[in-house]
Amino acid sequence: MSAPPPMRASVSLLPLSLEDVVFAVGTRQIIRGITMTIDAGPRTIILGPNGAGKSVLLRLCHGLLHPTEGAVRWNAPEVSGAPRRQAMVFQRPIMLRRSALGNVTYALRLAGVARSQCQQHAMEALHTVGLEAYAQRAARVLSGGEQQRLALARIWALHPEILFLDEPTANLDPGATHEIERIIGALHAAGTKIVMVTHNLGQAHRMGDEILFIHEGRLAERAPADRFLKRPDSPEAAKFLEGELPW
Amino acid sequence: MNSVSEAAAHAIGLVLEADPKLVGIVLLSLRISLTAVFIGCIIALPLGAAIAVTQFPGRRAVIVVLNGLLGLPSVVVGLVVYLLLSRAGPLGSWGILFTPTAMVIAQAILITPMIAALALQVVADTWHEYREQLHSLGERGLGAAATLLWDLRFSLVIIVLAGFGRAASEVGAVMIVGGNIDGVTRVMTTSIALETSKGDLPLALGLGFILLTIVLALNAGAFLVKETAQRRYG
Repeated sequence: MSAPPPMRASVSLLPLSLEDVVFAVGTRQIIRGITMTIDAGPRTIILGPNGAGKSVLLRLCHGLLHPTEGAVRWNAPEVSGAPRRQAMVFQRPIMLRRSALGNVTYALRLAGVARSQCQQHAMEALHTVGLEAYAQRAARVLSGGEQQRLALARIWALHPEILFLDEPTANLDPGATHEIERIIGALHAAGTKIVMVTHNLGQAHRMGDEILFIHEGRLAERAPADRFLKRPDSPEAAKFLEGELPW
Repeated sequence: MNSVSEAAAHAIGLVLEADPKLVGIVLLSLRISLTAVFIGCIIALPLGAAIAVTQFPGRRAVIVVLNGLLGLPSVVVGLVVYLLLSRAGPLGSWGILFTPTAMVIAQAILITPMIAALALQVVADTWHEYREQLHSLGERGLGAAATLLWDLRFSLVIIVLAGFGRAASEVGAVMIVGGNIDGVTRVMTTSIALETSKGDLPLALGLGFILLTIVLALNAGAFLVKETAQRRYG
């Protein structure tokens, strides 16, 4: 596995701090005052029941939504118009009507990588996710699992400091899920901070170092993954774990 | 009925023998309408896409006006361009009234809002789906508009052809600003109108066949391109 292009600034984006963040749509509060810090290093898994506000929290962190109250602060804020140093993988990735390779080079060009180097970095990224042979194939005709791998190839090429993932394996079979988990593990090993929303407790167990448990728009508990999954402190988390299938 | 069938037979003869007069009219029509479509696309596609992906005060009003201009009557466009280009008009010094250039301007004005409004609709629908992903990758504003235009290129072909169809088939505007001068500004639609009123049905019918064939062939071609592209690119 070759090294990704170094696209990191000298001052780290992390830690990320949320200060009493509220997000409301009309009169309905989806996030109700979350204060927390996300540091570089351990893989963070966000758990919680449907409608708890997990995906909204991820979007607030990534800057796709802006808090109604409170603040989201980075150690070194991104400069408007400059290439992004953080990335996100969605449940259903959006692929452009281009080749698989074209989708990766597009992201690289947005990140300010010289045109002459895009192709090489993109091919390396496709190799990492096992899609090298599909480089010239149209991205949108790939299977769901392959498209998600391509989305991760895009991320690999960008080599962000922090990666948010919103249930990246929700629609995938076990084989494809395993492959996605392997690639996320490789990204983590290469130094990217992982923050992932999942519904799958087995996945949280396999991939999580720490768990953030969100309940009704609040951070109900934060704990190391092993301890949380065996002995959660909060009654909401205990109830949630009881309701889930065992892994 | 006999006179119609005789006229039709004569018309087919004219088409088959490539009557020079008929060929001249067809080529002029194509030159004018294709130029108008080219100019219209250069303005309308980026404009429609930019409005679709940006937020600014008065955006809704702009969209309502653009949609309203979809039904712009060609004779009104002809009249306005005539007034602008006539000797006493503000652009009278250009001296281009009753020339193909004036006809290009009139057709471009007629189809630009139409292409912009349709492109805006298509791009806005896709933007809704793509917005988070493109923002996440750092794409904003006009860059996003350009990305979407390229991504929707096969759907936009249909819109461009609709613009061509409108330009090539309208008669009011080109009649007013072109003047239907034989050999200079006489195009298919104005010829058909004139020859029909003169009773020269074969030429009118021949031109009618050709106009219909061109529009149908282009649309069939566009449909095939879109189908093939959709199978290939998804």
